[in-house]
Amino acid sequence: MLCATGPLLATGAETTLPAQPRVRGSALRCRRRELHFPGDPELPFCDFLAWRLTRPSVPPGRRATLRRGRMPPVVGGGLAGSELRPRRGRCVPPAARAAGRAAAAEDAARSPKRPAGGSRRFEVAGGWALLALVTLLSFATRFYRLDQPPHICWDETHFGKMGSYYINRTFFFDVHPPLGKFCAFLGSWLIPFAYLTVWELSKSFPAALVTAALLIFDTGCLTLSQYILLDPILMFFIMAAMLSMVKYNSCADRPFSAPWWFWLSLTGISLAAAIGVKFVGLFIILQVGLNTISELWHLFGDLSLSLVTVGKHLTARVLCLIALPLALYTATFAVHFMVLNKSGPGDGFFSSAFQARLSGNNLHNASFPEHLAYGSVITVKNLRMASGYLHSHRHLYPEGIGARQQQVTTYLHKDYNNLWIIKKHNTNSDPLDPSLPVEFVRHGDIIRLEHKETSRNLHSHYHEAPLTRKHYQVTGYGINGTGDSNDFWRIEVVNRKFGNRIKVLRSRIRLIHLVTGCVLGSSGKSLPKWGWEQLEVTCTPFLKETLNSIWNVEDHFNPKLPNISLDVLKPSFPEILLESHMVMIRGNNGLKPKDSDFTSKPWHWPINYQGLRFSGINDTDFRVYLLGNPVVWWLNLLSIVLYLLLGGIITFALQRGVHLPAEVEGLSQVLLRGGGQVLLGWMLHYFPFFLMGRILYFHHYFPAMLFSCMLTGILWDTLLRLCAWCLASSSLARGIHAVGILSLLLGTAYSFYLFHPLAYGMVGPSAQSPQSPMAGLRWLESWDF
Amino acid sequence: MKPLGIVPGGWVKPQGQKRVPRKVQSCREEGILLSLLFYKMLGILNRPIVVTADINLNFVALAGMGLLSRLWRLTYPRAVVFDEVYYGQYISFYMKRIFFLDGSGPPLGHMLLALGGYLGGFDGNFLWNRIGAEYSNNVPVWSLRLLPALSGAFSVPMAYQIVSELSFSHCAAMGAALLILIENALITQSRLILLESVLIFCNLLAVLSYLKFSNSQKHSPFSLSWWFWLILTGVACSCAVGIKYTGVFTYLLLLSVAAVQAWHVIGDQTLSSVCVFCHLVARAVALLVIPVIMYLLFFYVHLILLYRSGPHDQIMSSAFQASLEGGLARITQGQPLEVAYGSQVTLRNVFGKPMPCWLHSHQNTYPMIYENGRGSSHQQQVTCYPFKDVNNWWIVKDPGRHQLVVNNPLKPVRHGDIVQLVHGLTTRFLNTHDVAAPVSPHSQEVSCYIDYNISMPVQNLWRLDIINRETDTDIWKTILSEVRFVHVNTSAILKWRMLTLKSDDSEHKYSSTPLEWVTLDTNIIYWLHPRTSAQIHLLGNLVIWASASLATLVYVLLFCWYLLRRRRNVCDLPEDCWLRWVLAGSLCGGGWAVNYLPFFLMEKTLFLYHYLPALTFQIILLPVVMQHVRDHLCRSQLQRNVFSALIVAWYSTACHVFNTLRPLTYGDKSLSASELKALRWKDSWDILIRKH
Repeated sequence: MLCATGPLLATGAETTLPAQPRVRGSALRCRRRELHFPGDPELPFCDFLAWRLTRPSVPPGRRATLRRGRMPPVVGGGLAGSELRPRRGRCVPPAARAAGRAAAAEDAARSPKRPAGGSRRFEVAGGWALLALVTLLSFATRFYRLDQPPHICWDETHFGKMGSYYINRTFFFDVHPPLGKFCAFLGSWLIPFAYLTVWELSKSFPAALVTAALLIFDTGCLTLSQYILLDPILMFFIMAAMLSMVKYNSCADRPFSAPWWFWLSLTGISLAAAIGVKFVGLFIILQVGLNTISELWHLFGDLSLSLVTVGKHLTARVLCLIALPLALYTATFAVHFMVLNKSGPGDGFFSSAFQARLSGNNLHNASFPEHLAYGSVITVKNLRMASGYLHSHRHLYPEGIGARQQQVTTYLHKDYNNLWIIKKHNTNSDPLDPSLPVEFVRHGDIIRLEHKETSRNLHSHYHEAPLTRKHYQVTGYGINGTGDSNDFWRIEVVNRKFGNRIKVLRSRIRLIHLVTGCVLGSSGKSLPKWGWEQLEVTCTPFLKETLNSIWNVEDHFNPKLPNISLDVLKPSFPEILLESHMVMIRGNNGLKPKDSDFTSKPWHWPINYQGLRFSGINDTDFRVYLLGNPVVWWLNLLSIVLYLLLGGIITFALQRGVHLPAEVEGLSQVLLRGGGQVLLGWMLHYFPFFLMGRILYFHHYFPAMLFSCMLTGILWDTLLRLCAWCLASSSLARGIHAVGILSLLLGTAYSFYLFHPLAYGMVGPSAQSPQSPMAGLRWLESWDF
Repeated sequence: MKPLGIVPGGWVKPQGQKRVPRKVQSCREEGILLSLLFYKMLGILNRPIVVTADINLNFVALAGMGLLSRLWRLTYPRAVVFDEVYYGQYISFYMKRIFFLDGSGPPLGHMLLALGGYLGGFDGNFLWNRIGAEYSNNVPVWSLRLLPALSGAFSVPMAYQIVSELSFSHCAAMGAALLILIENALITQSRLILLESVLIFCNLLAVLSYLKFSNSQKHSPFSLSWWFWLILTGVACSCAVGIKYTGVFTYLLLLSVAAVQAWHVIGDQTLSSVCVFCHLVARAVALLVIPVIMYLLFFYVHLILLYRSGPHDQIMSSAFQASLEGGLARITQGQPLEVAYGSQVTLRNVFGKPMPCWLHSHQNTYPMIYENGRGSSHQQQVTCYPFKDVNNWWIVKDPGRHQLVVNNPLKPVRHGDIVQLVHGLTTRFLNTHDVAAPVSPHSQEVSCYIDYNISMPVQNLWRLDIINRETDTDIWKTILSEVRFVHVNTSAILKWRMLTLKSDDSEHKYSSTPLEWVTLDTNIIYWLHPRTSAQIHLLGNLVIWASASLATLVYVLLFCWYLLRRRRNVCDLPEDCWLRWVLAGSLCGGGWAVNYLPFFLMEKTLFLYHYLPALTFQIILLPVVMQHVRDHLCRSQLQRNVFSALIVAWYSTACHVFNTLRPLTYGDKSLSASELKALRWKDSWDILIRKH
């Protein structure tokens, strides 16, 4: 839309339409055209719209010209609105452009210019007015009753876990009011975006209008936009990327022009933003990637283009779609790291090196004794990312889970219970006694690790570990440091680089249990409630070298040794970036489903099987229930099936070499190209969820739902036009398209009227009881509102 | 003389086959086709049946070598080797006709192995409990191991056939077969009672028959051999899926190749619509309907064969168990159908996730205070127990009467009746109250009351809710009725849930990750001689693995290069050569990809042997790439000769590696510690060295 600015329009019209002012012919010509194309389905509806929009000012003659101007879209089938193109038109596919020119030339040959120009202006005005109307409606619906309910909604504990990884998330939840407006603002833009995308793909206002109506009147989208979640932001950027991709595709006839560059780089920026918000943004990247590959493939096969030109195309895309987003993405992280350079509760998730750059962390500008000696108090960190410190506490393993001895776990947070004293295996004398010489720990030594707070020894034995089968249990054992031979561990340095001594932070060590020969490791699995959901520590008999069984010494206190400033830990930016991503991915994967009513299966989503309680449970509460408008959703579902059917039939016919009439050809192009593009989007945003093992929620479907709505718009518009074309002979034909579109619009609007309390909140008994305001609307047993 | 339509394998070629008249090929109408078929049949009656066969000696020689390498000393070692311990127990179940269901795979593979046992007269009496245990005399080791060995042996000539059907040279075809022949891992795997070699055989058979089918598509569609190969493709695919679910990957690959070719048939405008329709229907029947039917058939046979009750009964529904001989049927025989007040019942959870269990109670009480500080009622525990036990018995009591005995006349329990449930052994009532349940705090605790005075009133009335009732006055029936108990006071539903500690076998001593497979960074010790250091390993021929991976890479690069150049209208290869190259790549390279890449997404324990089906396809691609390089990339005759010489040298290296690793493949020779150390070419390989 943006490339069709006012002056541009005017010049375009002038250049493509040489002036042939003949005012009188217009009405006549109009009739001729009507005769020629009797089955103009768009006519009445557009007339209706145009009439409504222009009634006060347009005299009857003008109206007639308007009518004429409206006709070609139908005829041109998919290239509906070809009249529009020369004017809108700097950004038009070549074929369409050619067709547009032909139409324009024809026009020019037989029609008066001024009325044509006037009609166009009205048409444009109508287009803009429609857009404005749509935008207005979407803003109105999104901002209506935005301040209710005033408390924080939906279960944040699920996000809470992730919250510490997505640190920006935490302040989203804190700052409620301004952010709510911001979310609703972004959510409102989804609809104009979808409208423009569909218009660009189908060049048909009714299709765009249907899409917009579906989205405006969908309670699910509405609810989601009104609350402070990441989803409206994500959806905003997904749609922005989609729109700018479609826009730059339609600029393909003028590559390297300013709008082309503009839309291309805007695509890149939106992509970066989308993935920066949530990893689900990956799917839109995939879609843009596939689209770009197919585009490049076409360019590459176009022998009229030299390889240099193709190379330019390639470079432009690499720059705008890879380099630019990557730079932006890393920049956001750079900012993120720069802003958050203070120590916080999430430190333990990261490696020692990472922590060293956080001011306030004890590793920041730290100075420790460099080599480990007997009697040192240390913390031991697992090298696997987000695995934590070796930890023990006074609680025992519960009955039935191994021996009833003190628990040993790994813990992600810094704590006094992470401190261990390193001792010789055979003496219990205090090595810190100043009379004794300092004795360093060396590779291969047999040691004992005594837990500082509870004075129990790190211990293992032939009992099965609590969670991991075939591994041995690790416990704290003994009283005041006196235990048995199962407390002896051999300390080994992996890849010895620094001689036999053990360096703080830098030596990678393994602890091998002397009696059973197993290796101390963290399995990375969370213990149940009795273990405070800390991570399990086991002794693994499988001697494979994985990060799970490698540790490093992090804090080190020994009064007998001099502290040395450790300036070794300056990780580079790429290292930080990589590590934080690893931690995030692990965090995401760690969100395994538990028994919770909120979890839902991907197959539930398109059928709107089950909603999500946003707030309120009891009858008297103000309740908001995230559920799609069933009419919209089931229409979407039906449309996908119909689309596959219709698309299949058309493709089959084409492959069999059936010659389609020109109108049907045009419509089928829209259906296959535009619809295919959108269908791909739907599939990419939906099917990957079937493969995900993590916990899933209903609201994950909404990006896919956007695409589904766009598909519905394109499908029904095309389908109705096809029907109109089939029935061209009968008088029904004229109305069928308009009536169809109107009934879709009104139907969705009415269903929204029925279901709007879902989003705007309901009070009173739940829908089972007949007194409820929602009585009779509980169409599925599984909805509980 | 008339040709016999069916050509059993490429090695027997009918001579002087009269071409089917041209007009059939245009196949204007099906009617013509049918009448022609009929005419052909009449022709068979009219003339003497003569079969002339020419025998491809290459093929025979390859089959012979394959048999020799796989069958040599097959009964050695006469002990349980690796996963034989796993498959063996199922063979014993088959021999004893005891019902089982292996959760990890469909039954065909087990059935085929059991067939070997059946033919060898195995009575199933062997305790499969330990790897390395000696087989007793009643175990027919040879016939048990015969089927996998034969499959492995015939994979060798099959590779030959596939490459020649891809219309590459006989040298390339021989090369493929010879490489399969000396691949140590394939040999090891096919000499034991394991299923991979059978799976590989079925995969190759499916690919081969599809190739034969698509080759006969060009000149004689709807001929008998066309039908034969088409149907054989479907059958082989269903067998592959029936042996192991991973066979589905090859099936999907063939389906997609068939779909692409069918799409070309649709686009062929010289064919009439009826003819296209016939083509599509034929493919759909052979490649979709037949496999489904076959798959169902496997299960049907499985259930027919196994009619005795056994330890796996419990995973099935009660109704099914009642149909097994000696199972629930024995108990339910003569037991009343209708439940009446005073009946003694066991209550089994219908859906049985994670495993089916019975409502159970025992003397122990809930702990006063849980670990997390919540309190409990300290009443007798009610649990769900997955094993049959006397503590699973409950008595249905009428709240209005005091006696527990069945009253006369019988008063059946109907839907909506209020009942009490009395635990048989402890005579406590099933009760629930507004106390948080031990594990799911959102639910109410269910207990059996010991002492009613303890602080809470009795709340032990339950309303019976028969879910699958037909009318509202239905009687509660044994086994058939699915019931819910709704608590009268709180209208909570009795839910009993099994909470077991999550059992995951994600780690095994020899488990590995898919990335380690390509470079052969891992091996599996299958067996170690109890006294000497003779041992059997699953260990591949390193030269072949490395070159096969390299060949795949070369293929991909060359393919991309050609594709890009063709896009710019530069055709390096003639059209038919290009099509051949693409087909070879999509079947062999694609076969490798579909059998390998999905493992990255799998969460189950993975072993090196999961890679073998993919490897087989990769090995077949290797000579194809080599021939291509020699024919198209070597410019001069000299270069070609040099390249051929290099290939010979390379193949002899592969042979040498095979020979070196042979003691670990067959386990026939006890090597000294230093020899074993010398064989440990990679640090990540585990080779057992005895300490004396």
